[in-house]
Amino acid sequence: MDGGRALIRALENEGVEVMFGLPGGAILPVYDPIIDSSIRHILVRHEQGAGHMAEGYAHATGRPGVAMVTSGPAATNIVTPLCDAYLDSVPMVVITGQVPTGAIGTDAFQECDTTGITQSITKHNFLVTEAQDIPRIIKEAFHIATTGRPGPVLVDIPKDIVDPDNPRSAMTWTDDVTIDLPGYDPQTEVDPEAIRAAAGLIRASERPVLYVGGGILKARAVDALRDLAEMTGISVVTTLMARGAFPDGHDLCLGMPGMHGNFTAVTAMQESDLLIALGARFDDRVTGRLDGFAPDAKIIHAEIDPAEIGKVRQPDVAIKGDVRVAIEALVAEFSTNGTGDVDRDAWRSRLSGWQERFPLAYEPWVPGDPLKPQYVIECLRDGTPDDTIVASGVGQHQMWASQYWKFDHPYTWINSGGLGTMGFSIPAAIGAKVAFPDRMVWAVDGDGCFQMTAQELVTATVENIPIKVALLNNSYLGMVRQWQEMFYEERYSEVFLSKDVPDYKMWAESMGCVGIRVDDPEEVAPAIARANEIDDRPVVIDFRVAAAENVYPMVPSGATNSELMVPPFQQDQPR
Amino acid sequence: MNIQAPDYRYHTLVVTVENKSGVLARVASLFARRAFNIESLAVAPTDDDMFSRITVVVDLESAPLDQIIKQLDKLVNVVEIRELHPGHAVERELMLVTVSAEPDRRDEIVEHLDRAGGKVLSVGTDSIMLSLVGLPTRVDEFEDLLRPYGIVELQRTGRVALATLEDNDGPGR
Repeated sequence: MDGGRALIRALENEGVEVMFGLPGGAILPVYDPIIDSSIRHILVRHEQGAGHMAEGYAHATGRPGVAMVTSGPAATNIVTPLCDAYLDSVPMVVITGQVPTGAIGTDAFQECDTTGITQSITKHNFLVTEAQDIPRIIKEAFHIATTGRPGPVLVDIPKDIVDPDNPRSAMTWTDDVTIDLPGYDPQTEVDPEAIRAAAGLIRASERPVLYVGGGILKARAVDALRDLAEMTGISVVTTLMARGAFPDGHDLCLGMPGMHGNFTAVTAMQESDLLIALGARFDDRVTGRLDGFAPDAKIIHAEIDPAEIGKVRQPDVAIKGDVRVAIEALVAEFSTNGTGDVDRDAWRSRLSGWQERFPLAYEPWVPGDPLKPQYVIECLRDGTPDDTIVASGVGQHQMWASQYWKFDHPYTWINSGGLGTMGFSIPAAIGAKVAFPDRMVWAVDGDGCFQMTAQELVTATVENIPIKVALLNNSYLGMVRQWQEMFYEERYSEVFLSKDVPDYKMWAESMGCVGIRVDDPEEVAPAIARANEIDDRPVVIDFRVAAAENVYPMVPSGATNSELMVPPFQQDQPR
Repeated sequence: MNIQAPDYRYHTLVVTVENKSGVLARVASLFARRAFNIESLAVAPTDDDMFSRITVVVDLESAPLDQIIKQLDKLVNVVEIRELHPGHAVERELMLVTVSAEPDRRDEIVEHLDRAGGKVLSVGTDSIMLSLVGLPTRVDEFEDLLRPYGIVELQRTGRVALATLEDNDGPGR
């Protein structure tokens, strides 16, 4: 067998059903066996799209996303998705072509040091030098990507070892390959002593909060979390990466904390005496200014990645290991020894008081006003099936989507949290729709983001992946505009895009999508209903929304979470 | 036996890594991107050709030791990390140095060298090449001693270390 065929066979053996990619010189020999493979290949229009599609697929399914591109510029184009997947712990395997082994280091055509460039943004990467190593390295790549704290793994493959015309590609296929990773052994078991200590802190706490991060979703710990919350009656905040990990409709759900979190979630953490951090990493967007974050709280930190424990905030009890194992152990401990009898009525009434006085809200629309973006999200939420998957870009629209959507199911929210990658939503939505062709998938996008990756709608049309795009078009780089309004004395520098260019309806239609333009509130729900009826091609709705709308609440950069700014009409409410 | 006061700002880590190409770059790049400062670094194969050993002295003013160890441990090619606490390790460094030495001053230099336990490697018409293996602090002192004579060229290896024998059975990381 040759290395190229071995590579495709190794991917098939890993259970890969779909891969996203774009061929080119160095990877050419691997594209030939794809014709005869069971793997569906989605041909993208830009390699960044392939990476984000693989991420969207992985977010929605929990299985590793796979992308394959050629060397040089293709490899550098997929650097952004790799970094995105690294920061959000997304399991992904990226195969890149490389110039032939003998040409490495000579500045050959389309050569770049791909493993060097991606070293710091992958969980691990490989430069394969022998065709015989391909089956083992592919197995190792999937193992590393999907175990422990998941993440992206890159496999760089020189052309000579996959080219059947080159003797260096000759190898003997064997199913009998064993992983050889002496330095990799993620610990999933938890220390019973730590569980007992954590349970003790929880029993004694008067103001506990379950601070839940994306790790809950990665660890498939949603059911365990619900058991823990209901058994103890402790309220839950779900970070941007964990939206849907605990149902928004649940009495114990306080919603999203952080820079644009809702008042109750932010303030509950701030006033808490015990934060139970589960699969979360104390990101700066959650903590605000660190020295003023949750000053009275003791910390329990359950986390698979030992390096996250104590990186930002030193815990009082560290539970190293798989967060699902940790939560199940806590549930077992409470089942056996009880949850204690601390009176938390006063805390509960403070929480409900905040919820009453500071609900998520925006100034109501009055005739003559431009369309409110929050209203569009509310209509979309109310006008789509319960299990709709929402993929978001980055900016104001992302925050409004996270705030105003009601997430009652896990794995229905896909976004770029850590890296904040504009242009993420359309390719990510395509990846999710490929995984679940029978589910409805909406991309919520902004006009700045849309212009970065819109060409993947051509991919969606041609490959018959009918996603829908709700474009919140305010003609601005809206989040930057908001910061310039608030912190740069309304001096708007390079944030206005254009009122009329491009024409999004025409652009959508030229890419084979249905294009709809909406200006008025009464058109919103009918346009969404119409889009929902269309299932043979993508749909783009250009919602012309108010440019002056700001995202509230907001913790200003550098401020503590106690300085959370509420919308102007809530400012007189007693905190 | 090392009688110097332990210098707690610097800790020595003995990192066993897979002997594969690019592994040193991964370790070095981790230190760079996490803003951990390296005081000294030495790499060489071990008795097992599957593995190499990196002896790295880290500056704890730049980051807590615990973070440095945990981040290093995340590198897939890193197999084992042992922390050698100052005072529980045998540390050595090699220095090669060429010093200006007119014939009338040679004896003086060689006297210093004998006291420090070094060797003369080569003698030229107006210079002399020496080597010294010793505790890094002793090598520092000897370097200071030579400076007034005029150092022509100097190369130090960075320190290597092993746990003292009574500590050798302790758990690794």
